[in-house]
Amino acid sequence: MSFINYASREINCKIVYYGPGLCGKTTNLQFVYQKTAPEAKGKMISLATETERTLFFDFLPLALGEIRGFKTRFHLYTVPGQVFYDASRKLILKGVDGVVFVADSQEERMDANLESVENLRINLAEQGYDLDKIPYVVQYNKRDLPNLVSVEELRRELNPTGVPDFEACATTGEGVFETLKAIAKQILFDLKKGR
Amino acid sequence: MANPQLVMYDEEFKQINAVIEKLLREANAKVIFLVDKNGQLITGCGETERFDTTSLASLTAGNIAATGGLAKLIGEKEFSILFHEGEKDNLHISIVAGRVILVVLFDSRSSLGLVRLRVKKSSDELAAIFGRLMKKSEEKEKSGESEFPFAEITDDDIDNLFS
Repeated sequence: MSFINYASREINCKIVYYGPGLCGKTTNLQFVYQKTAPEAKGKMISLATETERTLFFDFLPLALGEIRGFKTRFHLYTVPGQVFYDASRKLILKGVDGVVFVADSQEERMDANLESVENLRINLAEQGYDLDKIPYVVQYNKRDLPNLVSVEELRRELNPTGVPDFEACATTGEGVFETLKAIAKQILFDLKKGR
Repeated sequence: MANPQLVMYDEEFKQINAVIEKLLREANAKVIFLVDKNGQLITGCGETERFDTTSLASLTAGNIAATGGLAKLIGEKEFSILFHEGEKDNLHISIVAGRVILVVLFDSRSSLGLVRLRVKKSSDELAAIFGRLMKKSEEKEKSGESEFPFAEITDDDIDNLFS
């Protein structure tokens, strides 16, 4: 849940990037990190194995600016995508304000995508959240690779409720900021509604 | 939902800062900070400028979450105190009022015993303040008198953040 501090005039929100192993969650954060002005970002932390697989989480704090005199900060987290890290994934979803599901557009990863989105729904439910009710966007990543599943099919399988979705190539940064902006927007509008 | 939204007001913010500043002196600590269980820094005192407090906050919350997961696996509710000993500096981490994390960084000028003793006393004071805070924000929400800053937010406001 977001943290509103009237004393220091700050609002902090937590965004979690979810998705199957090697779908590009960490790459999304790395691109945001590279392209953000130094004064707007904190240190990026990656708790990863020696082979650069995320072990616990990546963390990137962003302070993008002020809205109505309130400093607006977003804390971006990724989960470890590999199936056996489920216990860690659940922990990171605690207190989440919005979720980005990063799908791997390659044909051979379709089953992994489906399994991951189902896992997301279950893990959110355990924390008392309903995926259909929280701010949520979907990103179809790796659109630059061969043997792609069409966006129509990805949409049908992974985004039946029609939340905002984006094609992306996280290595070149295409679609990365569009995705982040869409989730930020949903979270802030959600805050507004909740009052 | 398990954790309602945390809202901080001026009055309680000052009280909280007074408690941790007293704790800093009495426990002879270097830095103290308070973190929301979701990883958001609430406040800190002492030599905070020497540390990356945002990262510390996030990792502390991750640490508490991970040990909390371990506790559940062995049938405990949570481990309410964690202690990390380094060559020079040590970290004493404890859970206050079930939802905020109190982190005390200290070196050889203090001791684990002293820190534990002082933390215990301060925890009770902090728990009382956070109790009042939760009640206050609930009441404000019920009565609808919330000076929520985002009520008028527009698409443009958000676009400006990303420009």
